[in-house]
Amino acid sequence: MDAINPTRAVELPVQEIDVHTDTRDILAHANTGARKRGFQDWLICDVDAHHVETVSWHELVEYIEDPVIRHQAMLFHKEKLGGASYGLNGDMGLKYQDVGGRIPHQASLREKTEPGVHRDVTLTRRAMQSLGVDYMVLFPTPMLTLGLHPQPEMEVFLGRAYNRWLIDKVLSVDSRIKTLAYLPFNVPAEAERTIGEFSDKPGVIGFCVPSTRHKPIHHNDYMRSYAMLEERGLPIAFHAAYHWQDQSLATINRFLGMHALGFVWCNMVHMTNWILNGIPERFPKLKSIWVESGLAWIPFLMQRLDDQYLMRPSEAPQLKKLPSEYMRENCWYTTQPMETTNMKALQLTLEMINAETQLLFASDWPHFDFDLPQEIYDLPFLTEEAKRNILGLNAARLFNLDPKPVKVL
Amino acid sequence: MTEYLVCNEADIAEGRRKVVQCGHREIGIFRIKGQLHAWHNSCPHRQGPICQGHIYPRVVEPVDKQGQVRLLQYDEADQHLVCPWHGYEFNLETGRCNGTDRLKLFPAKITVRDGALYVLL
Repeated sequence: MDAINPTRAVELPVQEIDVHTDTRDILAHANTGARKRGFQDWLICDVDAHHVETVSWHELVEYIEDPVIRHQAMLFHKEKLGGASYGLNGDMGLKYQDVGGRIPHQASLREKTEPGVHRDVTLTRRAMQSLGVDYMVLFPTPMLTLGLHPQPEMEVFLGRAYNRWLIDKVLSVDSRIKTLAYLPFNVPAEAERTIGEFSDKPGVIGFCVPSTRHKPIHHNDYMRSYAMLEERGLPIAFHAAYHWQDQSLATINRFLGMHALGFVWCNMVHMTNWILNGIPERFPKLKSIWVESGLAWIPFLMQRLDDQYLMRPSEAPQLKKLPSEYMRENCWYTTQPMETTNMKALQLTLEMINAETQLLFASDWPHFDFDLPQEIYDLPFLTEEAKRNILGLNAARLFNLDPKPVKVL
Repeated sequence: MTEYLVCNEADIAEGRRKVVQCGHREIGIFRIKGQLHAWHNSCPHRQGPICQGHIYPRVVEPVDKQGQVRLLQYDEADQHLVCPWHGYEFNLETGRCNGTDRLKLFPAKITVRDGALYVLL
């Protein structure tokens, strides 16, 4: 069959992507897309990406401050069988994000990594290279439900250990990897201590409150933390998640439904309290970021709160303007998972939130609903200036980052 | 039009695939129910590597006469190619997206001559 010497097709080295496939192979098309769009000259900040901190839990527990708890945790990992992570709460086996194995990178990244470099540094660098990202802000994954922990002190122990471990093992190694440090918000005094201790640590560009929690974020106990963050010019992020212990969502039986609502509901509740209790009036320079709830919820909440507020202004006496005006002037939003099945709705959403200044690109890699920078670049209704702002320049201003691209595609 | 030699036709067994690069394009060729089907390796959702995804039968949920359901089942006659990026599912024979008619896999032309399989681009 070689008689006429035809052009030969070349078999791809990866025929079927699985949990062992290298991130660079999984995202090869993303890298091609980034080059094609000239992202080398664009600053691209990914304000929400993840690592699986429990892979390194045996390392992390060595950073627990309390010597007794630390000892117990280290013994737990040395002597117990099974895959549980010491002290961690959460939905345990109710983790169906990979759709029954259909989305391997969500299930696990078991690719080979480089000796002498921490796994999470290597995986993050590969993701940044593939997506065309200059700076990537890392968040934990299972720890995002620590706010529901029955032992408030355990949130403090583990949150502080995570911050110290991440700075030591990851952030100190690569200045392009950043984080919004974990705030143990169920113990306000410890949240203040965390802000004081970690504000100037390498790679820390703000602080994160995981949104799955039942403590009201407008409680007087938190005002000192907000004042400390405002004084330092550091943003506070509310990172969404889901959990099946929420009684308001308890009837949902499909993960699709739980994920669709859970990741939005927690931030809708917090945002409602944040605005109606006048936190932006009390701390006008405090910048809040609403992370991983997508965007479609925002126009709904703006309209809903505006309508109700005008009928009942006596119940929100601190407000000097409409709730929606605080939401578009004092709040920032990350893009992912950006809802795109109705582009007119998306366009209106971006107009309503003043996306040119308030919207921050986020990939959420390596999760199943991750977005690529090109999703912003390809939007037909944005100017190039708006695209550049959303993809990186808004984040550069918010986090005081150098706006010059540093990546090599 | 350029012909790209892929392999002997018989090299792709039932349920198997060959994903190849032809110039700047990537093509996946699959054998389902004895027939070869070829698709561009670019998911119509977000250009993910669809042809490098897992194959799953379509999931169905039978409803009995009382309108009740009990078990989920696989429909083995309806094989889906699943995009490994975001999970979009497409019928391997028709390219139709499970969930919307607005998206469809991009077909590629192939031919078999003297036992050899070619992609035509």
